[in-house]
Amino acid sequence: MTTLDKTTDEILQLAAKHFNVSPSELHPDDDFFKKLGINSLQALDLLTRLEQHFHIELPDYELQGVSDFRTLAERIHSRL
Amino acid sequence: MLDLDKYNSLGEALSAALDRWPNETCLIEADRDRENGRFTYHQFKEAALPLANALQQAGVAGGTRCAIIMTNQSKWLISAYAIFFCGGVLVPLDYKLPADEQLKLLAHSRAEILITEYAVWRNISKVAAFKDMSTRLVIVTEAPASADLSGAQRWEVFRDVREPNFVPRQRADAACIVYSSGTGGRPKGCVLTHGSYLEQCKSLTHWYPFWPGVRYLSILPTNHAIDFMVGFIGPFVCGACVVHLRTLRPEFVREAFVRYKITYVTLVPAIIKNLERGLRDKFDTLPPWKRSMLNTMTSINKALTRNRPNLKLSRMLLPAVHNAFGGELLALITGGAFIEPSTLQFFYDLGIPVANGYGLTEACTVLTVNDLKPFRADTVGKPLPGVELRILNPDSDGIGEVVAKSATIMSRYLDDPDMTAETIVNGWLMTGDLGRVDEAGHLQLFGRKKNMVVTEEGKNIYPEDIESVFERVAVKEFCVFAANYLWPEKSMVGEKLVLVVHPESEQRITSEIVAKLSECNRQLLNYKRVHGYLVWDCDFPRTASMKVKRGELAEQIRRSKRRDSVLPL
Repeated sequence: MTTLDKTTDEILQLAAKHFNVSPSELHPDDDFFKKLGINSLQALDLLTRLEQHFHIELPDYELQGVSDFRTLAERIHSRL
Repeated sequence: MLDLDKYNSLGEALSAALDRWPNETCLIEADRDRENGRFTYHQFKEAALPLANALQQAGVAGGTRCAIIMTNQSKWLISAYAIFFCGGVLVPLDYKLPADEQLKLLAHSRAEILITEYAVWRNISKVAAFKDMSTRLVIVTEAPASADLSGAQRWEVFRDVREPNFVPRQRADAACIVYSSGTGGRPKGCVLTHGSYLEQCKSLTHWYPFWPGVRYLSILPTNHAIDFMVGFIGPFVCGACVVHLRTLRPEFVREAFVRYKITYVTLVPAIIKNLERGLRDKFDTLPPWKRSMLNTMTSINKALTRNRPNLKLSRMLLPAVHNAFGGELLALITGGAFIEPSTLQFFYDLGIPVANGYGLTEACTVLTVNDLKPFRADTVGKPLPGVELRILNPDSDGIGEVVAKSATIMSRYLDDPDMTAETIVNGWLMTGDLGRVDEAGHLQLFGRKKNMVVTEEGKNIYPEDIESVFERVAVKEFCVFAANYLWPEKSMVGEKLVLVVHPESEQRITSEIVAKLSECNRQLLNYKRVHGYLVWDCDFPRTASMKVKRGELAEQIRRSKRRDSVLPL
């Protein structure tokens, strides 16, 4: 059984790789828009990568109002 | 297309369209690379009947306000048609707003009916203010069988297909109440009449016609003023087809162009820029000889289409580029926010015209749009037929406030006669935008007179609306301004918000306070966050009722502080 912490950690690793930053720089409560300097379209791009990794489908709507890795992880984890 | 002069309301015109082209496809709903369904005009009418019956049974009659909060999907259009058929007034709300703000706008509009999706309903029903919600009927689509709908009804249970009674409306009657800013401040509900929409549709389709066979790709939310007009009313009264895509993922947007051979699409500047980046990246990977050939063909196309577009020629010269967009694209439509002229020129040089326009919710959809005769990347186009523009108090460069008169302009702000009187003066809409009309009759914009910003996604942000989030910070007083309002610049680029902080006497703005400000700032949606803060040492000027006199404070700040006094947050 995958735990929420493990899901969060995997998301941080994937985001770091996708946007070419060091994984140690990213934390669960970080605002990914601000920390990664990305806009909403780039966030959707990240979401696509995460879907491929976790083999899930997350509608765009689920990202509404989400800006930190922890909440994103909760949304993804609930669909695993 | 239908002769819109013959109709008095959107319901009447749409109803006539459904009977005029029964076998044409009017709507395709796609989600990612799947197609969820498609409707002919006749099937669309059939799908709307049960809902119209349910609305009439619930007491919807002429003037009843009915809200829709939904993502981009077929049931949005079906619901809107059913509401207009019953004589209702549509209140389209943004599904992207936080649930508490949706509830505030629902209350402000006094909507009696709400039609929404399960995911939205789930969020709304979790908010504390939900218990005070006063809508008489809530209809929820796509709810799982096991879901508790807290008293709402499922869309899917309505099956009564008897022809309901059509409720006629007049041109002066309200068709929609559209919120131009949907947040915790002072809601601005623009009351737009059936006449406004019919006139807008007539003038827009005069320059950018639709006909049976045209396919319009709809990826903006349908509550968006532009998409409501060019992704619903316009195509429908012309027998055209709307392709709804329920995702904004760039890879699926690109695929949709090709799969559905799209004719028109409306995109916000942020998405057009994303497309530009994608194309430029692709061009950079071409082998040198191919790149050189592309550059040559682009130059030839540019020279031969200088005076007006020639799509046949452009498609022949640059087939790979045009095929990537499906091969039948007539124009990209954009508006609602500033877009770099270089981006517009990039697409036009490739033979893809961009119809860049300018409008406000208060003016229905658009006031000006590029007529492509010739294409101009440096303007927002010419006034549409029936629109009169003036520049108020122009300076030595001819730049002043843009004011407009047109049959498309709203009748009023809902329940706000004071703001209506400030905004519509002797029949002229005071836009608050600074512009100049050049010798060719094109409007160029240079900034804003009003205290607001518009993001690249076309979202209006009024500083007053986001201030409450900073209330927890222990300072004497604070106020949010648009930087360009404090320090006017003749530019539409990089609009930012600034938080002006006045500490208590003897209080210093410590790193702890700055951290608290940052924390509060993070609670705002990404696009609403302030860019920096400015420390101000004097009491804010206030009215007798203790409201901040924003104009006066801005003047004081302008006199003694410069833009570089703003510290990052």
